[in-house]
Amino acid sequence: MRVAGIDVGSRTVKLAIVEDGRLDVSRKKENSFQPLTVCRELLAGERYDCVVATGYGRRLFAESIDATLITEIKAAAVGGRFLYPACRTILDIGGQDTKAISLDPEGRVGRFEMNDKCAAGTGRFLEVMAMALGCSLEGFSELAGAAARRHSISSTCTVFAESEIVGLISRGRDRGEVAAGIVDSVASRATSLVRRVGVVPSLVFIGGVALSQVLRDELASRLGATVQVPEDPQMVAALGCALCAAHS
Amino acid sequence: MSDEYRSMWKGLGLDLEAHDALLSMLGNVYSKVFLSQPNRPEGMKYFDFVMSEVHGLRIRELLDAKAEGRKVVGSYCTFVPEELILAVDAVSVGLCTGADFATELVDQVLPRNTCALIKSAFGFKLGKVCPYVEACDMVVGENTCDGKKKAYEILRQFIPDLYVIDLPQVKSEAGKQLLRSEYQAFARKLEELTGRKLEAGKLAAAIATVNAKRAALKRLAALRYAKPAPISGLDSLLISQISFYDNPARFTASLNQLCDELEVRVREGKGVFPASHPRVVISGCPMAVPNWKIPVIVESAGAVIVGEESCVGERSTRWLTPETGHTVDDMIGLLVDRYLNIDCAVFTPNPTRLEYTREIARERKADGVIHYTIQFCQPYQMETGAMLASLEKDSVPTLRIDTDYSQEDVGQIGTRVEAFVERLRG
Repeated sequence: MRVAGIDVGSRTVKLAIVEDGRLDVSRKKENSFQPLTVCRELLAGERYDCVVATGYGRRLFAESIDATLITEIKAAAVGGRFLYPACRTILDIGGQDTKAISLDPEGRVGRFEMNDKCAAGTGRFLEVMAMALGCSLEGFSELAGAAARRHSISSTCTVFAESEIVGLISRGRDRGEVAAGIVDSVASRATSLVRRVGVVPSLVFIGGVALSQVLRDELASRLGATVQVPEDPQMVAALGCALCAAHS
Repeated sequence: MSDEYRSMWKGLGLDLEAHDALLSMLGNVYSKVFLSQPNRPEGMKYFDFVMSEVHGLRIRELLDAKAEGRKVVGSYCTFVPEELILAVDAVSVGLCTGADFATELVDQVLPRNTCALIKSAFGFKLGKVCPYVEACDMVVGENTCDGKKKAYEILRQFIPDLYVIDLPQVKSEAGKQLLRSEYQAFARKLEELTGRKLEAGKLAAAIATVNAKRAALKRLAALRYAKPAPISGLDSLLISQISFYDNPARFTASLNQLCDELEVRVREGKGVFPASHPRVVISGCPMAVPNWKIPVIVESAGAVIVGEESCVGERSTRWLTPETGHTVDDMIGLLVDRYLNIDCAVFTPNPTRLEYTREIARERKADGVIHYTIQFCQPYQMETGAMLASLEKDSVPTLRIDTDYSQEDVGQIGTRVEAFVERLRG
């Protein structure tokens, strides 16, 4: 059986195809204002028996492609547990959402928390902040990692934080210190969200933001726990979808 | 008929254009949300009719009552004793506060971080779209939370006939004395407004009328213990919402008729949804008409709501008033005892609200509890933590939702509710 999972995220669309319990295809593409076109491009030429979809655009996807829908929370839980069988806590920071999920010993979803309607502390927040500092996301992470000190940022709202940063830069603050301050504020928000569901090891950190090494380190030090990150943390929910498709 | 209503609305000083927009929006939402539900009981037809005439026939009835020399008294809270209003032959109407309206006007008089419920009361008044508030001879406010208490100072500019009842914050002997003297003063105010004396016989009859209404609502609540549930949470909420402004005797008769039908359903094991649907109790802030946001999300995610621990729900109907008083004074004392049971989060401490939520979660075989708060409603937000912790200790899964009346977060809330339902399905 060959099954597909697609995660139609706000910033990136991810596709995973699993054949007989083995991951065969793992691919992603930046999302656009036409998410369906992006999905079709990603699926082009692929053969599969059924597809399970999740993510921000899952309903739109199911309107034109026959698919079963699951929430990002379930998808992350199934995918995370597959990669880390001992996983009990998942932190997922994507383009627009932050989620903390606790799993019971059997891997079922227990308590979970999500950020409210604003995108504070998410991937989009980091992108806007990197732009305000005139660097790419990778450059931003390096800059923050290399800083000796951090300048604390008081706003977590994307709009307010951007103007705060513009103000700091214009007063001549070091870019690296400001970047480190931003990382600090994202980590602080994520830490309090995870603590709400309880930090039980092992903790797995997924989503696009988990690509940032400096943020992984900051989270590990704040939580006082080992933070495990899969080889491609963006693909976990799509993998979870494909695994659900295999079971359906 | 429509022309007749238009001249009635014009006579009440409504902004006809804005009012048309409101009615058309309400009509669309109503048919999408309520009329499209599967397996609705026949008895819902009465409530559909009442809703379709919410600004028509019911307003006509209020104006007819006024023409007969009766007064119309509006209120915003379950602490306002309807029995006293009915006992002086006045009509009692709950004023709805469940939608954003005229927000640009409201923002000129209220701080932005005021809860949506308070803003809505102002929006309907300032936007001139509520025929109920315009038909009132007196509007009664009450000092519950700080937001409402201070908002009434401002609302008085727009509603000169505003009367405010003070409320205790602690259920002590002194608190009870305060409520008693406030209810006595309210009774005198009603006598003054109507020119009628509050008589023991009339008050006893009013207590019986309101008891009968609450007993019918309790009967409905008890029928929701059945698995599968015989009625949707949306329809049950609608009935609670209508109980605040409909004619009480007619409402009670219609609800009892519906309950007869539901009893047959329960006997036959028929449900509104399959028995496999996860069962959810909602606890928290009131959902006034037309605030159906969360129940719509929950029931379209494949769960069924089997109880509302809420002022628009069981918090206002759990207690009846003993019909044992002989004098007006006795009866006011019994009303004070009855109303002081209400476990609104403005009281400190407030343990019974938490206990009751645990009880209904257990007895209604709820698979989970959703704690619902309106943003900036500090008393209920403050109680969230203790509520969730105690439910989780009972191994009842919980979900916390803090939102307002806007639609901008329905996607995110939908995802959370769906994930919660996935969790309840196991």
